[in-house]
Amino acid sequence: MQIIRPDTNIDFVGKRMLAVILSAALILIGLVSLTVKGGPNYGIDFAGGTLVQVLFEEKTDAAAIKQALAGLDLGSMSVQQFGDEASEFLIRVESSSDELKGLSNQIGDSLETGYGPDKVDIRRVEMVGPQVGKDLRSKGIKAIFYAMIGILVYISWRFEFRFAVGALVALIHDVVITLGVFSLFGKEIDLPIIAAFLAIIGYSLNDTIIVYDRIRENLAKYNKESFSFVVNRSINDTLSRTLMTSGTTLLVVLALFVLGGGVIHNFAFAMLVGVLIGTYSSIFVASPLLVFWEQRKASGLAARTE
Amino acid sequence: MSKSIKMRGGLVLLCLVLALFSLAPTFIDNLPAWWTDSVDPIHRGLDLQGGMHLVLAVDVDKAVESRVDTLIDQTEALLREKDAVYKRIERRQGDRLVVIVYDEEAGRQVESLMAESYPSLEQETLPVAGGFIEKHFRLSDDEIENTRDYAVRQALETMRNRVDQFGVSEPTLQRQSGNRILIQLPGVADPDRAISLLGKTARLEFKMVAEEANLQDAVAGKLEPGTRILYERNVNPSTGAVTETPIVVYDKTALTGDLLADANVRIDTRFNEPYVAIDFNSVGAKRFDQITAANVGKRMAIVLDDTVYSAPVIRERISGGSAQISGSFTSQEATDLAIVLRAGSLPAPVSIMENRTVGPSLGLDSISKGIKSVIVGGILVVVAMVIYYQLSGVVAVIALVLNLIFISALLALLGATLTLPGIAGIVLTVGMAVDANVLIFERIREELRLGKAPKLAIEVGYGKAFLTIIDANLTTLLAALVLFQFGTGPVKGFAVTLSIGIAASLFTAIFVSRVIFNIYLDSRAVKRLSI
Repeated sequence: MQIIRPDTNIDFVGKRMLAVILSAALILIGLVSLTVKGGPNYGIDFAGGTLVQVLFEEKTDAAAIKQALAGLDLGSMSVQQFGDEASEFLIRVESSSDELKGLSNQIGDSLETGYGPDKVDIRRVEMVGPQVGKDLRSKGIKAIFYAMIGILVYISWRFEFRFAVGALVALIHDVVITLGVFSLFGKEIDLPIIAAFLAIIGYSLNDTIIVYDRIRENLAKYNKESFSFVVNRSINDTLSRTLMTSGTTLLVVLALFVLGGGVIHNFAFAMLVGVLIGTYSSIFVASPLLVFWEQRKASGLAARTE
Repeated sequence: MSKSIKMRGGLVLLCLVLALFSLAPTFIDNLPAWWTDSVDPIHRGLDLQGGMHLVLAVDVDKAVESRVDTLIDQTEALLREKDAVYKRIERRQGDRLVVIVYDEEAGRQVESLMAESYPSLEQETLPVAGGFIEKHFRLSDDEIENTRDYAVRQALETMRNRVDQFGVSEPTLQRQSGNRILIQLPGVADPDRAISLLGKTARLEFKMVAEEANLQDAVAGKLEPGTRILYERNVNPSTGAVTETPIVVYDKTALTGDLLADANVRIDTRFNEPYVAIDFNSVGAKRFDQITAANVGKRMAIVLDDTVYSAPVIRERISGGSAQISGSFTSQEATDLAIVLRAGSLPAPVSIMENRTVGPSLGLDSISKGIKSVIVGGILVVVAMVIYYQLSGVVAVIALVLNLIFISALLALLGATLTLPGIAGIVLTVGMAVDANVLIFERIREELRLGKAPKLAIEVGYGKAFLTIIDANLTTLLAALVLFQFGTGPVKGFAVTLSIGIAASLFTAIFVSRVIFNIYLDSRAVKRLSI
């Protein structure tokens, strides 16, 4: 079976201005959302705080839970239904306590008083102090930064510097857009999401390199043709593979998103967005960027020879 | 069949046998001991088996303060012994010992005595209003650093003792950067109890009660110098309600828990109530003997972490070196108290920096959901591959199944920990593992279109795709390694399975699938490749 016929020749490079506009729009929407909401919505890993996941034996709702916790001085608090079970809730409090008998403990006690001792199952507790949150945040940023530097060096070594820059711009493009989508949907950024971002970086890079590899090969093969022709030919040559791989990866990520359960839900969401954006960027961003670069160099040369 | 194909087929088979061998302990229960001894089952992370991940910070400044307090006690004894005249000794700014003297001559005497006994202290003289002179002695930076470091090491040691007595299988206790201690307790049933057991300072002190003090004044904040107010904890046995009664004690500690030899839970037969019986070591027993002899008829408060548990009247001299702490405990409280007393006190209080606890039911839930998504995702990929590449797709599927087996086997062999994000990593590798095969198949199709024979097309296809695959996977591996370096806990688990997955998928997609093609083509003359 074939989806992409071998002689397919879509003019991706010719539509690169369209891609620039689309990308710019996506990035802008994300940035506006980020600005309006005052930066990324950090989860407790990075902002610090306390999170308690509770499974109630009987049906209840957020208002009743807040009622049961009214006696505690918890500051700002959110109660959300969580996962597939109707009676499972996530209680998040912005403050944290470094006392041995911490907030989660008090929350558990209050719920047991409110609902009866064996009606509440505390399934998960996470408490991150403000200092640890700060450390984790700087570690996360460092991780993404060093990953990018490593990639830049590796691609410069295996290909050329301009390829490395193209790949890197595509990566930043992907991460910024995913970040924007997260902000738009009001999803929280926590540690697993950083892992997802790095996986997206890895994945998008995978895609980009495969196209670049073909460009390198085709530059030798079609040495009479223009650079933009070679780039376009290469994108078309690898199109079948790009769609097939993205398709299979999307299938598994979708399985994770639907079946993986609440704890992994946001991670799968990030991957879903990332794989889509990553596929788009390796076709429409990373490779056409090389063409822009080439054109600038050419016009620069032309200006000097005049 | 050519020798090379046989060799390579044999290698794949050998790897498969090895992998199945190392996976058996994970999936089969009743294996002979030599088998389970040689390979462990796959370690499950705390998020999958339930358990507790704690980061505690030791209050090292408190440790420095108590070091200075000890120095003050020693200095007092020294100055008294040498008949040096001084007004007062006190601790200031945490790390400073200040002796206030009346005149310069006394100052010089204090100075020379201190220089002789504690040469490492840094000394400074300040005149104060009223004609007094303050002699400041400060711990050197080295010594402060050592005190802090020692406090963390000792806290770690003490906690290890406590965990051992608490009975947790495979606990992890590690010192992290600075004053932090990482503790992981898999499968802990009662997290609250574990926290209080680990984090309790358990500083046991015996202090004489200041009987002559006026309680009302004391509660209002007016205290005689050298005394302090503490609260006695009383539990009403029928309602369980806790009440606190103020009690004034002398600052000076008569005896501390450092001199304990043992602590055990006993039951008081009269009230059928548990209490903790403690035995002093020989030094402690001797001192206890002296104190009780000197204070018959007075009350002695038994203080644990600044809470008075009881303040019994000393009826007679006690020379056996044993005492009891009673305070309307439940039997679990008494057991835990005995554990912390036996394990020793923490050198300084600790606070919780990070706590992640997952209940066992959620862990099981996560495993079943994780496995379900791996299976469903896998089946979807299998269907897609077989529809798209037909028989060659089947080859890719075999490679994929082997890939999953190899990843699991490597996890078991390397003793790596499988976490929920780790399962996500595996799911992701399933998606990416087929990528290598997709690349190869697309190349083979291209070569076939150019009119090459199947055998040659496969040779060329693999050859051309090889470098691309290496480049693509190495960069992903780079990201995974960075993640491993900077990630913590679950994220590390993701990096581990992603890295292992990349290695395994390179092997299966490039090597194994090719062997299968070779074997298939070797035995028959294939005119048309099903791809």
